[in-house]
Amino acid sequence: MSTEISHNREANGTQHDKALIFELSKAGRIAYSLPEQDVPDVDMDTLIPADLRRSEPAELPEVYEVDVIRHYTALSKRNFGIDDGFYPLGSCTMKYNPKINEDVARFPGFAKIHPYQPESSVQGALELLYRLQQDLADITGMDRVTLQPAAGAHGEWTGLMMIRAYHESRGEKRTKVIVPDSSHGTNPASATAAGFKTVTIPSNEDGLVDLDALRAAVDNDTAALMLTNPNTLGLFEEHITEIAAIVHEAGGQLYYDGANSNAIMGITRPGDMGFDVVHLNLHKTMSTPHGGGGPGSGPVGVKAHLAPFLPTPIVGQRETGEYFLDTNYPQSIGRVKAYYGNFGILVRAYTYIRSLGPEGLRQVTENAVLNANYMLRKLAPYFDVPYDRICKHEFVLSGKGLKQYGVRTLDVAKRLLDFGYHPPTIYFPLNVEECIMIEPTETESKETLDAFIDTMIQIVKECEDDPEFVKNAPYTTKVRRLDETQAARKPVLNCACGV
Amino acid sequence: MMHRYLPMTEENRKEMLAAVGVDDIEQLFQDIPDEVRLKRSLQVSERLDERSLLRYMRGLSGQNADFDQYVSFLGAGLYDHHVPVVLNHVLSRSEFYTAYTPYQPEISQGELQAIFEFQSYICELTGMAVANASMYDGATALGEAAALAANTSRRKRIVLSEAVHPEARQIVATVASGLSLDVVEVPCGQDGVTDAVRLKEAVDEHTAAVLVQSPNFFGCIEDVRGLAAAAHVSGALLAVSVNPLTLGLLEAPGKLGADIVVGDAQPFGISASFGGPTCGFFAVSEAHMRKMPGRVVGQTTDRDGKRGFVLTLQAREQHIRREKATSNICSNQALLALAASVYLSVMGKQGMQDAAKLNVNKAHYARQALTAIPGVTALYEAPFFNEFALRLPAGTSVEAVNEALLASGYIGGLDLGRVGADWEGCMLVAVTECRTREEIDGFARALEVAIG
Repeated sequence: MSTEISHNREANGTQHDKALIFELSKAGRIAYSLPEQDVPDVDMDTLIPADLRRSEPAELPEVYEVDVIRHYTALSKRNFGIDDGFYPLGSCTMKYNPKINEDVARFPGFAKIHPYQPESSVQGALELLYRLQQDLADITGMDRVTLQPAAGAHGEWTGLMMIRAYHESRGEKRTKVIVPDSSHGTNPASATAAGFKTVTIPSNEDGLVDLDALRAAVDNDTAALMLTNPNTLGLFEEHITEIAAIVHEAGGQLYYDGANSNAIMGITRPGDMGFDVVHLNLHKTMSTPHGGGGPGSGPVGVKAHLAPFLPTPIVGQRETGEYFLDTNYPQSIGRVKAYYGNFGILVRAYTYIRSLGPEGLRQVTENAVLNANYMLRKLAPYFDVPYDRICKHEFVLSGKGLKQYGVRTLDVAKRLLDFGYHPPTIYFPLNVEECIMIEPTETESKETLDAFIDTMIQIVKECEDDPEFVKNAPYTTKVRRLDETQAARKPVLNCACGV
Repeated sequence: MMHRYLPMTEENRKEMLAAVGVDDIEQLFQDIPDEVRLKRSLQVSERLDERSLLRYMRGLSGQNADFDQYVSFLGAGLYDHHVPVVLNHVLSRSEFYTAYTPYQPEISQGELQAIFEFQSYICELTGMAVANASMYDGATALGEAAALAANTSRRKRIVLSEAVHPEARQIVATVASGLSLDVVEVPCGQDGVTDAVRLKEAVDEHTAAVLVQSPNFFGCIEDVRGLAAAAHVSGALLAVSVNPLTLGLLEAPGKLGADIVVGDAQPFGISASFGGPTCGFFAVSEAHMRKMPGRVVGQTTDRDGKRGFVLTLQAREQHIRREKATSNICSNQALLALAASVYLSVMGKQGMQDAAKLNVNKAHYARQALTAIPGVTALYEAPFFNEFALRLPAGTSVEAVNEALLASGYIGGLDLGRVGADWEGCMLVAVTECRTREEIDGFARALEVAIG
């Protein structure tokens, strides 16, 4: 099929498209080299009855090794990562992904081991997990940590399931989880998956939790309040101890969404703020790569009263010094992920912690916060600043002032692509009009920030001078703005290669 | 302090603080109430220089018995398959691994197209109409299958085969408790597959889905067609968890009546890594497309008419729908979906068939060799792919046997006694294309010695 289709494409003038791997297929070519068949070749009919076997082979492409390498190299050149340039994607903490982390995670003793091997044969792996549990507990101010959740949202759900189990152990069936309107979408979605109803409360004019709204929302049906601190506006919830008191007095638990932990390391800890449960996104704060959308890792820390409900196993240490997988948690919520979590990511995170140490982690936070405040101050004259005060690791601007030129935040983001930047997060949080959310991280230099600031100012000028030009950006990318409506209305979700 | 990841010099710091209008860094944290400030240094592991850190981590890794030094016959969901050399080279392209989720499609076409190809591969292998961009792992994907079925049907019961991987069953139980669903387990029969009679009895008009695995946890190939019929009689969905490598040889579950097909792509070139990260996949028939969890990539065109790809059907997802989303999943396992795609591109049409046959042949040779040991018998007679259960002589401690095997350079099979008392003294053995005849024969000799 491939030759015919690619000829048609060329005839249709779409030869600049990158071919699908399926379109490179040429019958008879191979790219594999399998181990030899050194056991007797038995007639398949005697091993697996024909009616269980495929009636026709899967139509996978037939290419050779050079095709594979060139195809994926070409795809990689159509993709933008942190190593390509500045990536100030708010709430995502796109910091540099250190190379040593990658090398270490590939050591055979980490990459080529099985979770069901005898414990005696994986002591190094268990020790690493144990130490990481300890380190994350201290960073968050929690008593115990599970490394099992695979991502932040998975950690949220794990934490909420523990909160539910805790209430139930006290004979209480609480049904409500409160979230601020600035919260991540995963918060309410995780609440639903844990069987709770979500109550959304508005932020006050300072962008913080409205204490009166919170007081009005809590009651003896409140299971938890989920909070990010600093919140998604990059603002520290100054009244955090009062918030904690309000929730705790109503018998609820306080959940810390750790997406913004890059702002607090060594400065303050959720455990000290009054939180009962915390998840961390190691793929944000601890520098592990985002991988184009995963794998992440979302460890959860809890205060002692929630520890009985942790998912198992937890890595423990015996008096003899030996590490072991502890499954003796009779009140556990159960298992949330196969095996022990995304171990390869945990190895990278631990390597990162050991690259920085206690002083280095604090330095990370200080520099991240200074970078954000510097950018906020430099950009403030050119954009609306909905919350003009000291920010933490990120801040929000509003692009509403550009609407007079007919330009939207989306257009600014697209124009940034022409300058070789990944745009900031846009249209989030939902409570800021035409929101632009910028998180520079600590691994960017002043020169990088200055260049980006200059570009933003230039784009504002372009909006004034030639708004149509901005609205039609980008111009330099491999493809231009894509028709998302068409994609959703008439979904083409695979190449239907074999149909 | 200066650090190789941190560019801020003392001079930068001064200039930037001045630009912000504060005197020192402390003032940037003045909004944090004093009573919640940390008044000491973090008590985390000490910093190591690069060389010392490499040495330290090599030390930790060196304490583990890895597949390069030991010959592994351990599977139970994670296998020692050959990883084509090109995979690491593609995955090491930092344009892929240092990118975020492709929210800006104009500069993310590489990732988006790779996911689109992954979805295409999964559809082709499973025989399903639609696949998503990946899930955390096969086990959590099965949990999401239960959630989808319950949400779609408004029914509250999940019928789960006991022959599904025990950890996947535990996850389904956790998911079900979150959503207040009942889980009814159907036992595994004497022949090693789900007891069809008991299954039929368990399924009724309250059943949202029947969840099975094929080949199942014990390695036996299930009668998916029959199980689908049993589910459909009462209007329940059939969700099948598959080892995707088997689909080089075994019939696509979509052709056997499955409504949801999930699994773990670990056999496709993903290292075992002590259990993760691997890559779950999730495929459905077209009817369930808009109820799928997770991200999906669709094909479209740009304003010049060029083919391009975008994240689509986002109206299902948490960042749009919040509490009404089909799932809370956000990050998935994109990089490992890429790994699986590269693997499938390498294997191609012929390689998938050859790899599957090699697994079948070597595993059957191994079972013959191992059951030739006096007192060792095959536990089940159902057809199998690359994994099978053995019953060791009465009174044998599989744990002790495995310690002895380790001393001889082998990672033995799973002690099935960990799964349940019925399987005390049984071992689950996996044999992939990587095992040579010599290694299999050596393992048989070592096992014979170990059981004494």
